[in-house]
Amino acid sequence: MSAAAVVLAAGSLTACSSNGSSADGNGPSTLRVTLANHVWTDSIKAAIPEFEKANNVKVELTQLGEDQLSDQYNVKLNAGTDEIDVMMYRPLQEGKTFAKNGYLADLTDKVKSNADWDWSDFQAGPISSTTYEDKVVGVPTITEREVLYYRKDLLKKAGLEVPKTMEELQADAKKIKDANPGVAGFVARTGKSAAVTQFSSFLYSYGGDFIDDAGKSAVGSDAAKKAYAVYGGLIKDQGPKNVSTDMSWPEAMAIFTQGNAAFYTEADSLYKNATDPAKSKVSDTVGFAPLPAGPAGSKPYNVPSWALGINSQSKNQDNAWKFVQWATSKAMTLKIQKAGVPGPRNSVWADPQGVSTYPKDLAAAIAVSAKNGVGHDRPLVNTVATAREIVGEPIVTAITGGDAAAAADAANTKFDKFLAGDN
Amino acid sequence: MAVLTPTRKSAWQAYSDWANAHRKWLFAAPAMIFVGVLIAFPLAWTLYLSLTDAHGSVRAASHFVGFRNYLQALGDMDRFWPATARTFAFTLSALAVEMVLGMCIALLLWRPFRGEKWVRVAILLPLVATPVAVGMMWRLIFDPNIGFANQLLNFFHLPSQPWLSSTETALPTLVFVDIWQWTPMVVLILLAGLTSLSEEPDEAARIDGANAWQRFIYVTLPLLMPTVIVAVLLRSIDALKTFDILYATKGKGGGSFNEVETLNVYAYGLSFDYNKYGLASAVLILFFLIIVACMFLLTRRRKGSNS
Repeated sequence: MSAAAVVLAAGSLTACSSNGSSADGNGPSTLRVTLANHVWTDSIKAAIPEFEKANNVKVELTQLGEDQLSDQYNVKLNAGTDEIDVMMYRPLQEGKTFAKNGYLADLTDKVKSNADWDWSDFQAGPISSTTYEDKVVGVPTITEREVLYYRKDLLKKAGLEVPKTMEELQADAKKIKDANPGVAGFVARTGKSAAVTQFSSFLYSYGGDFIDDAGKSAVGSDAAKKAYAVYGGLIKDQGPKNVSTDMSWPEAMAIFTQGNAAFYTEADSLYKNATDPAKSKVSDTVGFAPLPAGPAGSKPYNVPSWALGINSQSKNQDNAWKFVQWATSKAMTLKIQKAGVPGPRNSVWADPQGVSTYPKDLAAAIAVSAKNGVGHDRPLVNTVATAREIVGEPIVTAITGGDAAAAADAANTKFDKFLAGDN
Repeated sequence: MAVLTPTRKSAWQAYSDWANAHRKWLFAAPAMIFVGVLIAFPLAWTLYLSLTDAHGSVRAASHFVGFRNYLQALGDMDRFWPATARTFAFTLSALAVEMVLGMCIALLLWRPFRGEKWVRVAILLPLVATPVAVGMMWRLIFDPNIGFANQLLNFFHLPSQPWLSSTETALPTLVFVDIWQWTPMVVLILLAGLTSLSEEPDEAARIDGANAWQRFIYVTLPLLMPTVIVAVLLRSIDALKTFDILYATKGKGGGSFNEVETLNVYAYGLSFDYNKYGLASAVLILFFLIIVACMFLLTRRRKGSNS
C-alpha cells in the first residue's frame, strides 16, 4: 500500500514536470494559475476559454480559500517550485515577505512596455503596495474600503437617521438592540487576527495608527485605547448574545444577512453577499454609508486586497505576463467591477458604467472612502501574521469584557519587541 | 532454498547466488528505502532545521544556532507550556472517557442479540466520517446563536451554552467531539479481544458464585489486559497528534485566546503563519520526544503485564 503510494506519487510528479512547458513545441503550452475563492475569480474563470483560444495556451486553474492559498504558497514557493506560473496574492499580507524571499518576478519593465494596457491608469495607493524596493512585483486586481452596512427597516422603525459619528453609532445600536429582542445592534469580525483589518478604520478615525513615524508601536496610545474600547465595546454591549471570538467575515456576514444585526462594518468588496437575495435575507433592506466619523474624522482604510504576481521560478514568464495583462485590462476590470468587485483602475471609476450596477448609497460611500482613505489596513511589517495577533489581542480582550487599556499597554510592549526583531 | 553445486557459472547464476546470499537485505530493501526516504530523511531534516535560525523562507540563508530554539521553546510560558498542558489535558480526558465508554459498549455488544449487525454498523459510523467534515459539522451544531445544541437546550428550557466560543468550554467541547468520533475504534479493538477470550474461566467463576461485576473485574479484565493496552496505545498516540478537528473548529492558533492550541496546532502556526521554521522544528522534535517517551512507558507496562 505504501509502496504503491510512492509509485503513484513519483508518477504524478514526473507527469507534472513533463507536461509543464512545451513552449518550444507546437501544442498549446500549459499555464498554471493559482487563484483565491472570490467573486473576482468567478468572473475570470468564466472568461478563461477566450484567453486560451486567443493565445494557444491551456490554463490549469487551481482555486483555494485564503488560508489554504497562503499555506500552499508557503510550501511550494519555499521549495522553489516552477509549478505555479501566475499567483493571486495579498499584497498587504504576504507581499513584503514574498518579494523579500524572491518569490515574485520583477515586472518593472513589463508594466511599462504596453501603453494600451496603461500602468499609469492604476491608482497610486494600490501600486505602492505591489512595489517592493522600487521594483514592481505585482498588479493590483481588487481594492476595498471599510463601509457601514445597515438595516434601513430597523432604523426607520426606531425613527433614526444613518449615524454620522461613532457616538451616534453607539447610541443607535443600543436603541435598536433594546427595542428588538434577539436582534443585535452591531456586529463585526471578532477573531483576534481577522478583526484587525476592520478595527484599523476605527483606529485611524480616533487619530491612531499601528506604528508611529519613528517605526515604534503606537497601539498603546490614548487614541488606540479609545478605539479598542469602542470597537470591542460595541460588540460586547450591542453585539449578538454569546458572541464567539473566532468570527471572520463569513461568520459576521452570516449574522447580518440572517437579519440578526442592525449595523455591520465590513469591506465594501463583500457587498454582494448582503444584496444577493440567494445569500441574504435582508437583500432589500440593506443600506450602505461611509464609516461614521471619530474625533479625527471618518478615516476608513482604502487598500488593494488582492493582486496578481508571477512566480520568479516560472518557466512560462511570457504567457504568465500575457495572462496578467488580460486579467487586469481595462475591459476586464470594467466587466468585473460591474459584476460587483471594486477594481484599481481610475478610468473605470471615472466611467459612469463602472458604478452603474452598484447600489447608489454604496457608490457614494465608496467615493467618500476613496477620498479620505488610509492606504493600509494592518501593520506593514514582514511577518504580518504575528503582528496581527499582537495588535489584535486588545480587541478580543475588549470584546470579552476585559481591561482593554491594560491589554493595549501589554500589546504595545510586545509589539515594540516584535518590531525590533522583525526581519 | 536448495543448494546446488555450480558447474558452469552463468551471469544469471552469479546473480542468483548473490541474491540468495543477501536475500534478507534484498527482500527488505523496498521497505527500508521507503522508511529512509519518507521517514528518516524528513526527521533528520527537521532535526537539522531545529538547530538553525531558518525563517521567512527555508531556501534563504540560515545560521547554525545550536540549542537556542530548544531553550526558547522550553522557556516559553506563554505558548509552549500551555500548549503542552492542553495536549495532555485533551489526550488524557478523551482517552479516559473513551476507554470506559468503549469497554461498556463492547461488553454490551459481546453477547449475540437480535439486530446485532445493525447496531454495530451504526456505532461504527462516526469512525468513517472525515475528521475535517466532522469538525465543520460540530462547529455548526455548537454555534452559540443558531446552532442545534442550544436550540435543543432551549427546547427543554435550559439556558444556552457558549460551547466552542468560550475559553472555558471550548476544549471540553472538543474532547466531547473526539470521544464521539473515536470511541467506536476502542469498541472495535476491545470487541476483537473479547471474542477471542475462552469461556471456561468465566464459567468457572460463575460456578464459584462470583457475580457479574466480580467476574468482569477479576476474570475478564485481566485476561483482556493486553488488548486494553493496545487500545490505549493506539488511541493515546492518535489523540496526542490531533489536529484536524481543532483546526477545523477553531482555526489558526486554536482561537483568539489560544484556548485549544495544542503542540501540533502551535507548531503549524509557527511554520505556516510566522514562518519561523527553526523554532517550529524544535517544537516538533520536542513533541516527538514526548510521544516516544509515552510509548516507551506504555510498552514497558505491556511487557510487565505479559510476563
